[in-house]
Amino acid sequence: MTWVPVALLAVPALGALVLLAPAAARPRARARLLRGYGLAVSGLTLALAVALAVAFDYGDAGRPQFSTDLSWIPGLDLRFHLGVDGISLPLVVLTALLTFLCFVYLTGHATTRPRALVFTVLVLEVGMIGTFLALDLLLFFVFFEVVLIPMYFVIAVWGGAGRRAAAVKFILYTLLGSVVLLLGLLLIWANTGTLDMVALARAHGDGMSRSVQILAFVAVGVGLAVKTPMWPLHTWLPDAHTEAPTVGSVLLAGVLLKMGTYGFARIAIPVLPEGAAAVAPWLGAFAVVGIIYGALACLAQRDLKRLIAYSSVGHMGFVLLGFATLTPVGINAALFGNVAHGLITGLLFFLAGAVKERYGTADMPALGGGMLARMPRMGSLLTFACVASLGLPGLAGFWGEMLALFGAFQPAAGLSRPLYLTFMAVGGVGTVLTAAYFLVMLSRVTHGSPRPAALPTPIADVRGYELAAWVPLVVLILLFGLWPKALLAITTPAVHTLLGMP
Amino acid sequence: MIQSIDYVAIAPLLILAATAALVLLLDAFLPPTSRPAPTATRPDPVPTRPDPASGARPAPAATTRLESAVGARRESAAGSRPESAAGGRSEAAATTRPASVSGGRGGAVGGAADETGGGAEGGGRGRGVLGLVTLAGVLGALAAVVFQAATGAGRRTFCVPSGLVSGEPPCSFVADPFALVIAGLVLVAAVVVVLLSMTELAEGRIPVGEWYFLTLCALVGAVALPASRDLVMLVVALELVSLPVFALTALKRYDGRASEAALKLFLVSVVSTAVMLFGVSLLYGLTGTVYLDRLTVNGAPAPVMAVAVMLVLAGFGFKVAAVPFHSWAADVYEGAPVPVAALLSVISKAAGFAGLILLLVVALGEQSALWSTPVAVLAALTMTAGNLLALRQRHAVRLLAWSSVAQSGYILAPLGIGGATLGGAADASVAYLVFYAAMNLGAFAVVMLVSRRSERNELDDYRGLAFRNPAAAVALGFCLVCLAGLPPGLAGLFAKVVVFRELVDGGGLALAVVMAVNTVIGLYYYVAWTARLFTPAPRESEATPAPAESAARLAPNVTQAADVAPGVTEGAGVAPGVVERTGLAERATEGAGVAPGVAEGAGVASGVTEGAGVAAGDGGALGVGAEVGVESGGRSGRLVPVVVAIGLAVLVAVAFSVFPQLVFDLLAGGLSASG
Repeated sequence: MTWVPVALLAVPALGALVLLAPAAARPRARARLLRGYGLAVSGLTLALAVALAVAFDYGDAGRPQFSTDLSWIPGLDLRFHLGVDGISLPLVVLTALLTFLCFVYLTGHATTRPRALVFTVLVLEVGMIGTFLALDLLLFFVFFEVVLIPMYFVIAVWGGAGRRAAAVKFILYTLLGSVVLLLGLLLIWANTGTLDMVALARAHGDGMSRSVQILAFVAVGVGLAVKTPMWPLHTWLPDAHTEAPTVGSVLLAGVLLKMGTYGFARIAIPVLPEGAAAVAPWLGAFAVVGIIYGALACLAQRDLKRLIAYSSVGHMGFVLLGFATLTPVGINAALFGNVAHGLITGLLFFLAGAVKERYGTADMPALGGGMLARMPRMGSLLTFACVASLGLPGLAGFWGEMLALFGAFQPAAGLSRPLYLTFMAVGGVGTVLTAAYFLVMLSRVTHGSPRPAALPTPIADVRGYELAAWVPLVVLILLFGLWPKALLAITTPAVHTLLGMP
Repeated sequence: MIQSIDYVAIAPLLILAATAALVLLLDAFLPPTSRPAPTATRPDPVPTRPDPASGARPAPAATTRLESAVGARRESAAGSRPESAAGGRSEAAATTRPASVSGGRGGAVGGAADETGGGAEGGGRGRGVLGLVTLAGVLGALAAVVFQAATGAGRRTFCVPSGLVSGEPPCSFVADPFALVIAGLVLVAAVVVVLLSMTELAEGRIPVGEWYFLTLCALVGAVALPASRDLVMLVVALELVSLPVFALTALKRYDGRASEAALKLFLVSVVSTAVMLFGVSLLYGLTGTVYLDRLTVNGAPAPVMAVAVMLVLAGFGFKVAAVPFHSWAADVYEGAPVPVAALLSVISKAAGFAGLILLLVVALGEQSALWSTPVAVLAALTMTAGNLLALRQRHAVRLLAWSSVAQSGYILAPLGIGGATLGGAADASVAYLVFYAAMNLGAFAVVMLVSRRSERNELDDYRGLAFRNPAAAVALGFCLVCLAGLPPGLAGLFAKVVVFRELVDGGGLALAVVMAVNTVIGLYYYVAWTARLFTPAPRESEATPAPAESAARLAPNVTQAADVAPGVTEGAGVAPGVVERTGLAERATEGAGVAPGVAEGAGVASGVTEGAGVAAGDGGALGVGAEVGVESGGRSGRLVPVVVAIGLAVLVAVAFSVFPQLVFDLLAGGLSASG
């Protein structure tokens, strides 16, 4: 089974390469063919990811499984080292799932330049899955970078009116982050002489002095925080999300942001424990500021997509707060929140895209309310997603936030408890604000009576292909909400391993 | 005492020099070809925009030759024709010397090949042999380098006879792995430059023999330089690289920009040589030896030593266009023909860096405390200034010029660390240089291709290239992304990683941060350019001169524009357009007498020589071949070398992306101190 991680990368990569060959079909037939093709390739990838999840040894989730370890560039110490453990497995499956659902969504959707879009999304998938599979610092970095150019083009080619500026902002910001990240990784390498994440995590910072660890943590942390994004490094995100096409927004929020938080769990915390302990209070402080800031910003938004984008800042604040506690509970919460946010915000962006497509705008006052009356199913789904996002118990969004706050209640030894209690209190206010803006949004969009002026033509409710793309997300949100142990059982052993606990 | 000379060690030099001589001979004795010019004066396929610099310029008299010995040959080679504006015919007719009246510069087939005998014909056919001879010479030299590498590097010659010195005798010429890597880089780059030259010369505005002779001379210098292990040889080799280049720049005679560029380059070159010679003489005076390894031993820290080192550094700073000696770069690159710009930015730069590394690391390694800080500051300034200046450029070559200044900064950076890791720093610099050469040449080759189509060569001319010529757009996009250092351009990424690693490892964290910020600035313009390639061009009508022509041009575009993936060639989409124009193309190619039948890219070459199958759509050539046909039926033959050059450069860049270890393996031997 060790071939599965490699196949997970090879299938989309080869799928993209095949698209480079000239095709002779007529445009219309080809568009249909392309959609089927994208669906098939991403479906195969998803099947592989599911097979990986099935074959995964859950009794030993703390150890990387299905490892492939080949020498690629000895001159740089770079090994092609892949593997999957309890931290990465959920994210790999999530990525494969969301990409597949994006293609499902695209089947009913005519876009310009379909071949390019399929090509780009498949390359994006390679980068995303590779990031979660890589067990070599430089390999991680390479995959981390692979997503930049495709995402740039997704935004810049298929985006909205202000796409050019948004795309440039996205790529410059994230590249700045990744270069700093690279410096941090190289600093680790220079001091330990290895790039192997497994060995580094096992060493728990041996061989690096405290000051080096702090420096490296700050560098790596800033690099990852741009991607996450952490306040105040988030400013690329609202524009990118707003201008990106639906597929782009879904993958951006659903997967790309997770690459940042995953880096914290995979590299920053286990490899640099002393650095983490020193910087964690700062991380926690930025996290709660992000929670409050995101919520307040959301309250001020008119644009539906922008609102969801800012809500991501808040949710990622909870995830970072979880990491900042440096306890198993907190980190579990962060990993759970990661997956939950991927599912919920993915769904929200799908819905926002569908709304924008139907109304021609995502401006909330222009939408005019009454969606539940005009499109009952769409309105219900939007309500469901919002309620899940605001953290209603019984849905996936709840556990991440609750456990993060719970982790802050009892932070790791050596961290100031009063400080974290403050964080917890502020975060608690954040949950209230989160509920507030989502409910305000719902009251403006779904409730009320439809304004006649805003009714040009009868609007189609949820279509079949849309339902097909969204139902899996709804089911998973319910599943993880009602049975959080399904996910926590996988992540807990891995979290214990990375914190060096028995 | 008679020395024995190891002829294998200097074989690459001998081959290049012999080729240079052969080129001169052939140029003198080849009969001038005077085939009748084809009468086909079809509408200009190039949307020529008015060229402010041209128009009323008088046509020149018979071109003067560089070497008087060969002067007799070309009574008929009068044809430097005026660069005419869009409706150039009347204007050209109005010029004072109607000897070379041509119908618009794009009717290239007829173009220069008018009744006076046809410089273009000379370039296109008779003199085309010279290009092939040069190419063969370069490949021969490359083979010799490969042979040396295979049979064990480290051959040395021109040594001091062993009786005269105690210990190991110093040698002037050492073909160690460092020298072989640089020589190999220079020669592979030379293949690309020669291929580009073939297209450039096909226009007939430049005397062919001189061009190739001078190119080969510069190559002799560039190959000799990394192997030099004494100051005199180093300086002579460096001059041998520099001097022919400004003659090459000036060869596009009666072109104001080229002359200006040549003059600037000349002045800079002379000044820098003078400064460097001053430094070198001080070094010699201080140590009493010219051999680099002896300099290490004899070198004593003294204030004068610092002055000497600074002067040498400044001299090389000019050569590699480091700040504050960078200001000549953009003007010279822009004014010079594109192949010369490529040569300057890769071969000349590689030679400059080789010399700098030899001097700093081999000769002055012990004094690294003296020069490491200035080099670090120089590197930081160079990358920052280069990137900031590149941000504002609208001209493709100027942008590449400034970006290559910035890249100089990256190459320089590892040397700024100094200290114990000098050998590693030199390796990092050379590794970056090798990666950089591949990607920069790819970019220049595509720029060359586009410059055939749009004379101005501004960034806006690249809009929608992906629709007109998907393969070229992908090639250029790939090279630019490589230069920016992002996947899928892994070559550039790994190059940057190598340098970053050296900086972090050596404790140059501040310099690393400066470089990090610069990487982001650089990304902005590279990505902006890449994005232009894939955004649809504004409506064609805006720039098209003749309606009939525009219809013809649009036909293929429309079939393609339907929906092209970025970077995906649309074989079938292009085909109709090509077929429809085959007639024209046939006529034109047959007239032009194409066919420097460059072997590689067989699909393209054979297609073109047959005249009918210009399409070359059979996969392998990925659209570029098709472009050749579509863009300019008649000039297709001339573009074949460029297409091959693009293919070669991109192939190398891709190989470096997938197997960067290749470069590190090449460097494995590292820098041997000397002889």
